[in-house]
Amino acid sequence: MSVRVVLHSPSGSRSFLERGLLLLVMLIFLEGTVLTLGAASSPDISAQDNTGGHDHRGIAGSHDHTNYTYTKKAFPVLSLDYHHIQVPFEISLWVLLASLMKLGFHLIPRLSSIVPESCLLIVVGLLVGGLIKLAGEEVPPVLDSNLFFLCLLPPIILDAGYFLPIRPFMENIGTILMFAVVGTLWNAFFVGGLLYAVCQIEGTYLSQVELLPCLLFGSIISAVDPVAVLAVFEEIHINELLHILVFGESLLNDAVTVVLYHLFEEYSGAGEVTPMDVVLGVICFLIVSLGGIAVGAIYGILAAFTSRFTSHTRVIEPLFMFVYSYMAYLSAEMFHLSGIMALIACGAVMRPYVEANISHKSHTTVKYFLKMWSSVSETLIFIFLGVATVAGPHAWNWTFVSVTVILCLVSRVIGVVGLTFIINKFRIVKLTTKDQFIVAYGGLRGAIAFSLGYLLDKDLFPMRTMFLTAIITEIFFTVFVQGMTIKPLVDLLAVKKKQEAKRSINEEIHTQFLDHLLTGIEDICGHYGHHHWKDKLNRFNKKYIKKCLIAGERYKEPQLIAFYHKMEFKQAIELVESGGGVKLPSAVPSQVSMQNIQPKKLPPPVAERALPQFTKGREEEIRKILRSNLQKTRQRLRSYNRHTLVADPFEDGWNDFLLKKQRLIELEKKMTEMSNYLTVPGAIPDSPTMCRARLASDPNAFYNIKASSDGVPTIQVDLASPQSPDSVNMLNEFSKEGHTGQGLGQREGATGKGLGQREGATGQGLGQREGATGLGLCQREGADRDEDQGLMMKPAGKGEKGEEEGGNKNPGLMRCLSDPGPSNEDEEDEPFLP
Amino acid sequence: MGASQSVRTEHEFQDVADRTGFSLEQIGNLNKRFRQLSKNEETLSRQDLASISALDNNPLRAQIINAFFDKRNLRENEAGTVQVIGFEEFLMVMSHFRPAAMHITEEEREKLRREKLRFVFNMHDTDSDGTITLEEYRRAVEELLSKAGTIGQETAKAIADAAMLEVASTTRGKMEPDEFYEGITFENFLQILKTFDIETRMHIRFLNMDTATMRCGK
Repeated sequence: MSVRVVLHSPSGSRSFLERGLLLLVMLIFLEGTVLTLGAASSPDISAQDNTGGHDHRGIAGSHDHTNYTYTKKAFPVLSLDYHHIQVPFEISLWVLLASLMKLGFHLIPRLSSIVPESCLLIVVGLLVGGLIKLAGEEVPPVLDSNLFFLCLLPPIILDAGYFLPIRPFMENIGTILMFAVVGTLWNAFFVGGLLYAVCQIEGTYLSQVELLPCLLFGSIISAVDPVAVLAVFEEIHINELLHILVFGESLLNDAVTVVLYHLFEEYSGAGEVTPMDVVLGVICFLIVSLGGIAVGAIYGILAAFTSRFTSHTRVIEPLFMFVYSYMAYLSAEMFHLSGIMALIACGAVMRPYVEANISHKSHTTVKYFLKMWSSVSETLIFIFLGVATVAGPHAWNWTFVSVTVILCLVSRVIGVVGLTFIINKFRIVKLTTKDQFIVAYGGLRGAIAFSLGYLLDKDLFPMRTMFLTAIITEIFFTVFVQGMTIKPLVDLLAVKKKQEAKRSINEEIHTQFLDHLLTGIEDICGHYGHHHWKDKLNRFNKKYIKKCLIAGERYKEPQLIAFYHKMEFKQAIELVESGGGVKLPSAVPSQVSMQNIQPKKLPPPVAERALPQFTKGREEEIRKILRSNLQKTRQRLRSYNRHTLVADPFEDGWNDFLLKKQRLIELEKKMTEMSNYLTVPGAIPDSPTMCRARLASDPNAFYNIKASSDGVPTIQVDLASPQSPDSVNMLNEFSKEGHTGQGLGQREGATGKGLGQREGATGQGLGQREGATGLGLCQREGADRDEDQGLMMKPAGKGEKGEEEGGNKNPGLMRCLSDPGPSNEDEEDEPFLP
Repeated sequence: MGASQSVRTEHEFQDVADRTGFSLEQIGNLNKRFRQLSKNEETLSRQDLASISALDNNPLRAQIINAFFDKRNLRENEAGTVQVIGFEEFLMVMSHFRPAAMHITEEEREKLRREKLRFVFNMHDTDSDGTITLEEYRRAVEELLSKAGTIGQETAKAIADAAMLEVASTTRGKMEPDEFYEGITFENFLQILKTFDIETRMHIRFLNMDTATMRCGK
């Protein structure tokens, strides 16, 4: 066997990289992909590239450039200094390429439904690499191990760790660990050992390959890759159990891989392994894995603790999380601990506490950034994998490569089937044959294996090139063949898919209910089982840890309440977003109102109009939620501030809504001016009954305020007062109540009749619109707030004065539209409800 | 216990084992626990269960204890409560918490699911009238949050209301303002928890071995 060894001196490889990337720049320019750059400058760059590349090989470009300007007499009006910006520019170009590719694939839905994105990206990488090669340049070593492990991998793993579904993960931790540890060990030794045996066969020309390098190769190739698994499994929407089994395995096998890798690398120089080394290896494994988790947990707790105090500097909140996580990763890597496990632990530990502390916006930011980084990293990894394949060098050995691919498959199948046989004895939910097949088939290999192979020392492992070739082939085989066929196979086998349904509050209640019930039954049975310990842990968490890590009173909140708040919040947001008459999301039903389920008690004059009474605390709560979220939305639009966020995730919806609002107000005005102001305009897209139904359907929206319940005497609703049985408009009903109507009228956005016709008209319009768009919440809240601050509220009796009152009202109303008025800055600091 | 009694119980156990699906070892263990709880009496009373200290922190303590004395969980087509239960009844209640067997057909799975949900339903339906009314649901949620202090009590009602609305809308669809939703029937209950894999979630591990060394404090 001949192993081609190409020596790269650091400087040499760098200039190759530079020239290769320059060429790429040129190519992209020629294709007109980059539109943002001036067309005039592109010939200059290519000229510079040619001269710099061919004539001044090895000479720093900046040198070249200074010489150039030095000889020039006139002051250079326009000068070109590409080397100055080269590195960041090229990085940006790669990222741009990756993002454009990702964008492109989703424009062709048919393609992406057949071929997984990862395959397409590898093909793109191959093409790019091929183009570079065609141009006669050396392909840059893009998938450098440092770059991969320090920049590309962490975002993906953090994303995975942060959004790790803890519950299924912990419920299956035994199975996952079994696959990750025993399974990986088995694969490594099986593949490594048999490969060695094959290499010893005469005629393969592989006899110089020793046992330890073979085992090293086995340990590199046997680990399932989280990046590849994520990329493929996210597209096939497999059920949660299988997903967490394969994905969990790919995450946790990192420790095994790290230890085996270092162990074999260490001893392949020495060539001898004693039983002592095996023991040390086991100890090392424990240290690497547990140490990684400990490092991650420490940083996670630090992050949680820090987030306790960030309430005044919301803008940098997300940064803390990212930096702490990255520090965790780096610290773990520093000691050769498992960085992946550290990141997973860090993400999983910090999440519940951080989420309770940071604001909703910061939380959204964190989510988006994680997703963005991880998807860009993933894209880059696959593209680089393609480029690196072209870059070579390759040493193709049919025997070695084909044996590797076959052995990997065989060992995976044997490992999964064998381990499942053991695991099923202990599992309550057994793994079926189908499950086993998917777990075995989903064992994709990826860029981690390649990077580990790339890290191998050329002098110590003369067969490194062959290893790399085999690894690439195995990656391609798993990603292309298995990755592309797994989707049809999942359909064919009718494997249970993921249920997309949103979690309903009933399910949440029963999840909690079941937890306590099972704990109780275990206690009655008299043995400490899973539920007992889980309960103990929860109690401990609540009593001590949450208290330390979560600011304010939030730590007392049980999970169910937190869930409810979250749901409530989501609905409030959806109400805003759903703008004009779109059907409400069904988390809380829109067709059934509170009065349908409320037992009728002490029927007021019109019994079916009995509105649910909300307690003061409840009302306060609703107000708090609305005030802190919806009001702010409006406020945000007011001004730009360098230190706070102006943009808002719901801004788009909001602008849209503002337009609609104004149009509707005008419409309302015209209509009411024409007709008697007592009548209800009929031609509203959403009929008043619908408005009410919608409002009523949302427990938040449908509340009424008892005269003294919140200490603001002007807010009164007299339910028992006579109401016209035909009045379909709740707003109208209230407006008929004369003096009491005013308070509520403001609340509801529909000011009472007593406020005068003009105001009534506008108010009516508002009320209509707001009912129609479901934005009554915030409008009402606006009025409510103002009234709290005593800015807008008038004593009820004055309402009779009519016109002039209405005139006075209008500025306030306008302020409602454009500017919510002074607000408590504290509200901004209210933590998002997780 | 003397040797003669264990021989006698051995025979009885076989009979119960067939009906409840427990193994003899499991029944033996549960019997030990039963005797420990009942202070070697033949029957178990509410006070015996209430004296388990580990239950003190459980928000559902009262509901769990009630479930053991609920006739609906013991025999079919009967309502009301009993004052004391024997070992067999104890096992009957416990059998609701057995894990599903490995290979079961869809029908068996559905049956198991109904049984388990029925147990939960009965815990909510305190007046045994076949529906969970809003009042009952509110109480259930309140109990669930009873350890959460004042926040819990304030929110419990709202949560129950929201949950009830959800039930009403998923099972009834659109309702006229003057219609009235009486409460959750068992069929509705099945429907709303359709995606809730209770058959794989509502179980505990009944130990096969003797748990004398790891027994909970009483």
